[in-house]
Amino acid sequence: MRRLIERTRLLVQIIYTIVSNGYLYGFLRGKIYKGALKYTCVPGLNCYSCPGAVGACPMGALQMALNKRDIQVPFGVLGFLFVFGSLFGRFVCGWLCPFGLFQDLLHKIPIFKKKKHLPGHSILKYGKYVVLFGLVVAGSALLFGGFAKVPTFCKFLCPSGTLMGALPLMAADGQLRAQAGGLFCWKLAVLLALTFLSVKIYRPFCQYLCPLGAVYGWFNGFSLVQIRWEKEDCIHCNACQNACPVHLSPEEISVSLECIKCGKCVPVCPVACLKCSPQMPKRKTGANRQECSEQLAGKK
Amino acid sequence: MSRKWKWWWGVLLGIVFLGLGGLLGQFGDIFLKATRICLECIGIG
Repeated sequence: MRRLIERTRLLVQIIYTIVSNGYLYGFLRGKIYKGALKYTCVPGLNCYSCPGAVGACPMGALQMALNKRDIQVPFGVLGFLFVFGSLFGRFVCGWLCPFGLFQDLLHKIPIFKKKKHLPGHSILKYGKYVVLFGLVVAGSALLFGGFAKVPTFCKFLCPSGTLMGALPLMAADGQLRAQAGGLFCWKLAVLLALTFLSVKIYRPFCQYLCPLGAVYGWFNGFSLVQIRWEKEDCIHCNACQNACPVHLSPEEISVSLECIKCGKCVPVCPVACLKCSPQMPKRKTGANRQECSEQLAGKK
Repeated sequence: MSRKWKWWWGVLLGIVFLGLGGLLGQFGDIFLKATRICLECIGIG
């Protein structure tokens, strides 16, 4: 069951990444898709300068709206964020984000002892809100680059733009390659740092820097997709916490701002008190609450 | 966030926002931006 969920999640991530970046002609010619789908935003962090991207990035679109001289409330982008967030919460991060998939694959590389968090995690996890309000909102609304405001997060930090936009475009277009300078070197350094960190630390960008994850986290508590914890059945064995890649307690699972709803906690519960929503059939574990409590008492 | 909020309120509000965005022509702005190579995004300029 555990492997089934993990393999299903990996398959969904791969299929979604291929579908949302399926404009193959763009990769071959160094062009970007200009069709009607670009009126809409995709749920995950997906640079629209990726030659394969068929939709707009919500963070890019948000910054574009804030870059305008006469700033309007970006109702369109907020609409996408509210709909995706209310339906899925950070399920988008766990199952649909291409850059999340990239980090997951790196973390599978069997070198270095794996760690769930960086030292100072309790403070560093608020970094994504600094990025959201500092770079995305304030930076894009206020910071000028020459005569125009710039998408500050995209320009100075976003590793998805470097990985999925810059590298494929520059590989296909020599003129773009010739224009790469200090800014590109900085962005490449950020991408490489996150790449190496991802091998050891679980999803460092998602935990500490992603502004889109920060937004979706606010919807986690009431989104349609939930992992429900049956408190009365829980025997507090902490199997779920140990399986959780970000080490959340049963009380925090699914409702915490940090939970990406990956589902790794569900199959490890010996009494099946964690359930995905919509309602799934109860897993036959061959164990019951009393047996597990007795076993735990015997171990202690 | 309080779990008293139901997901469908959020979806409804999102749909209202989408409608407002459409009335204000914001999807056209998204399209114009998303169909040009963002030089800042790829580290140029």
